Order: sequence, then structure tokens, then C-alpha cells
Amino acid sequence: MERIPILKMGEFLLVTIQVDMHDRLALTLQDDLTEQIVKWRARGVLIDISALEMVDSFIGRMLSNIANMARLLDAQTVVVGMQPSVAITLVELGMPMKGIRTALDVEKGMHTLRIYLANNGRNRDGDGSTTV
Amino acid sequence: MAPNTENRLHETLQKNGQSILREWIAQQSKTSGRPMSASQEKQLEGECREFLSVFGQAIQTGADDISRPEWKGARDFLTQLSASRARAGATPIQTAMFIFALKDPLFAGIRENEGDSKALAEAIWRTTLLVDRLGLFTMEAFQKTREEVIARQQQELLELSTPVVRLWENVLALPLIGTLDSARTQVVMQNLLEAIVQTRSDIAVIDITGVPTVDTLVAQHLLKTVAAARLMGADCIISGIRPQIAQTIIHLGVNLEDVTTKATLADAFAVALKRTGFAVTRETRSNGNAG
Amino acid sequence: MEAQQSEMHEIRTSQDIVSVRQAVRRCAVEIGFNLVDQTKIVTASSELARNTLDHGGGGTATVETVQNGSRSGLRVVFEDWGPGIPDIAQALTDGFTSGSGMGLGLGGAKRLSNEFDIESAPGKGTRVTILRWRGL
Repeated sequence: MERIPILKMGEFLLVTIQVDMHDRLALTLQDDLTEQIVKWRARGVLIDISALEMVDSFIGRMLSNIANMARLLDAQTVVVGMQPSVAITLVELGMPMKGIRTALDVEKGMHTLRIYLANNGRNRDGDGSTTV
Repeated sequence: MAPNTENRLHETLQKNGQSILREWIAQQSKTSGRPMSASQEKQLEGECREFLSVFGQAIQTGADDISRPEWKGARDFLTQLSASRARAGATPIQTAMFIFALKDPLFAGIRENEGDSKALAEAIWRTTLLVDRLGLFTMEAFQKTREEVIARQQQELLELSTPVVRLWENVLALPLIGTLDSARTQVVMQNLLEAIVQTRSDIAVIDITGVPTVDTLVAQHLLKTVAAARLMGADCIISGIRPQIAQTIIHLGVNLEDVTTKATLADAFAVALKRTGFAVTRETRSNGNAG
Repeated sequence: MEAQQSEMHEIRTSQDIVSVRQAVRRCAVEIGFNLVDQTKIVTASSELARNTLDHGGGGTATVETVQNGSRSGLRVVFEDWGPGIPDIAQALTDGFTSGSGMGLGLGGAKRLSNEFDIESAPGKGTRVTILRWRGL
């Protein structure tokens, strides 16, 4: 069965979505990601949607779910590369996309993650830092 | 249409083609008001010849309903002609005269060839109907092109009036002048997002000093623009909030919590610089001038 | 306003939702929609196709090119023979739920379209029509 590949980049995971996703693929991605976050103790997840020509409420919910699950596992999610026409449509659609950080591309996304992590240390190792 | 009338008209075109052409061109020169240059006359002659040719072909088939496929050649020619005249700024009448001026020459030709007065009346009547329909078709095509030209000009105006300026590395400014309606908002969002992609900016300052009124709709459009920019990873600062606008926004209950707002573009720029890691320092002059 | 081209697609599986999206995109490109307009109608279609599948028990999507004078447009009609919608006004108000309600589907599709029409009654199935005119 096809799966969307998840790449490890240091403490981050990078997922590049390139196909017109159908439901099962989306669910499989969520499962795989949570597994990988735990396996690698990843601190951040970058989801590259630059190849997506459309984001509907289903995909929006999937991204929200991923962000929420990742947060529970102490990882931050950044969605990168949204196409302008997709952004305009999402706003018109009324999709709130709350709690999802976004960045222009992978480079800026990693920058965002690093800054966030610098300001909010790991919270489960009891090292005294606080998380927002 | 009775078969013999088509043949009559077609015969007339065959036999009297040259004189009809000359008369037709002469009629158009007369009604155009001012004298035509040699090249204009040549162009007109070419157009008339071409039309007579497609007209003749359609007449030959015997169909008198100009919406039928037999008349496609004639329709296409007239559509093209009126479109180019519309773009060149001709008036509707001038353009329609191309067809209507053909009536008299055709009648003259038919009269010459037709003997029986009843058949003559029928032939003229049918020719009149045909030419009238073609004339109306021409005017409709003209109208359509004019509307397209106007629509395109409106769009260009819309795009020109929403420039995006690069204030500094990673900082864009969007000075909005005039009302922000939904059509304008679409253009604003497109221009802004394209600029964010091209310049890889992190901050966009949207200045609304030039926006006369801010009501709920305008506020919604602003918020949409901010939301769209955010999806592209850029934060927005809204500047140019005049006192009255501040009051209106509070009264309307518009939620601008997530958005930074500043009274002036200068203040917004200062904040943007700070956020992107830049600082402005004043150099002390050491050349003896009072500083 | 006459429809010029018309193609009907079945909506029975989630893969069909993808097919409907692709068909709408193809038709929108064919009649010359700009990118933003394409994306809007494709997204609206995706929402409605999903509703047809999840709430209507499956149905059809008919994609048609229409002409009104010099304007061209794309119309998509979603039909199902499911339970129908008891309170349409309520369904049109956004409820961003995690799956049980219709969420943004109807309201969102309406916002993304130039024209929107819905006919539905309990036991009578649902029919939603969206239309977008070609912009400049």
C-alpha cells in the first residue's frame, strides 16, 4: 500500500505531501507520524504542502489533528509551502486553521522551529524550562 | 425562403458584384463623415470583398436563418470586424453601417435583374430581412467586445491601485487607497501573497490611511487578508488607524486581538524592523557641523 | 442559460471524491478559469462530494459548462438519495466539528461559489448546485 514517506532531519521530521490524498492515505500518515515522532523523539514536524493545489476541510482537519497529536508528544508542527491560491481559498472557505503554525518554505519552517525550541526547552526531562 | 429568391440574390451578386462593391464602398465613405486615406480605403475594400465572398457562399446554400451553420463564415467575419473596430474606438453606428450600407447597392442590383414586380418586392423584402439580421448581429458582437474592453480596463485599474512595496529586507508595505470591497480584496490578497513568495518577506504592513470608511465588511476583508498572509508564514501589522476608525472598530465589535495595529506607517515600520532583527542607529557627525 | 458539456460522476468511495476534484479541475482549466477561481470551485466540489458520500450514502456529481450571453461558467450538481437535511438553515451555519456534523461543507461551498442552491427534505435526498462564472 502506498505510504507518504517521512524523512528524519536531525531532531525534526519532514513530510512532503505530493499526491492528491484520499482518506486512507491521510489516516495512515497520521498513524505513521505519531509512531515516528515517538521513535525518534522528534521535537518538530515540518509538513510540506507546496505540491498541494487544493486543501479542503478534510485535509485541514488532518493537519490540525497532526499538530495536536504532535503537541501531546512534545513536538511542534509547522506547515510550509502553501500556494497563494490555496491560502486565498482556505480563508474564503472559513477554515480556522487555529493552532497550526505556518511558514513560507522548509528553510523558514526550520528556522521557526529552532527559535521556538530555543525559547521552550524540553518539558518532560524536568530541566526546569517552561513550555508555552 | 423560396428557392428562386436565393438564386436571384446569388445571381445578382455574381452578375453585378463589381458595381455592388463600388457602390457599397462609396456609401460607407459618404456616411463616415470624413474623407478616408488611401490605405483606409484599401483596407475597407479588402474587408468588403471578403464579406461579399462569404455572404455569397451563404446565400448560395439557401438558408435564411443566419444562426445556421451555413452562415458561420459570415458570422465569424462580422464578429472579427466589429471586435477590431470596437477596440479601435469606432462607434456602434459606424460599425453597423458596414452592413446596412450594403442594402441600397443590393436593391439596385436586384432591380436591374428582376422583371416581375411581385417577385421583385419579395426579393427586396427578403434581402432587407437578411441584411437587418446581419446588422443586428454585428451590433451585438460590437457590444460584447466593448464590454470585454471595459471589464479588462477595470481589472487593470484594480491591479494598478494595489501596489506592494518592499520597505526593507523581509518587510513589505501595502498602502491601500480607496474602498476595500470584495473584488479589490481578491486582488489585494493575490498581489500581497505573490509578493511574499517573491521577496520571502516575514512581515507585511497594511496601511489603511487611505481607506475612507471602515465598516464590518471592510474589517472582514482586512482580517481575511491578514489570515491569508499568515498562512504563507508572514505576519501583518495594520497601520493608519485613525481615531474615528479605532472607535468604529470597537463599536462594531471586530476582533483584532491577534493583529498588531499602529497609528502610523512609521511606527509600524519600526516594529517590523525590530521583529526582523534590525536596529536603526543615528550616526554622530564628526565633520564640524552642528548636530 | 444552457449547459453545453455535461459529465456525470459516481460518488461511491473516497477515491471518487478525488476523481470528482480532478474532473472539476480539468473542466475549469478548459474553460479558462484563473488559478484562484479553479481552486475555489475544486475545493467547494471536494466539500460537497464528501458530504454526498458521508451524509448522503453516496450519489452523483454532474459537471457542466454553461453559457449566459458572453459569460462562461462551470456548474456542478451533487445529488444523493440519502436521509435528507431536516434543517437547511442550521446546516448552512458553520460548525467546525471533528466529523459528526457537516462541518464547513455546505457553508464553505456556498462562500466559494458565485451561485448556490440546495434542495433537501427528510426522506427525499439532497441536491446541491454550485456555479462559478469565469472571471477576468
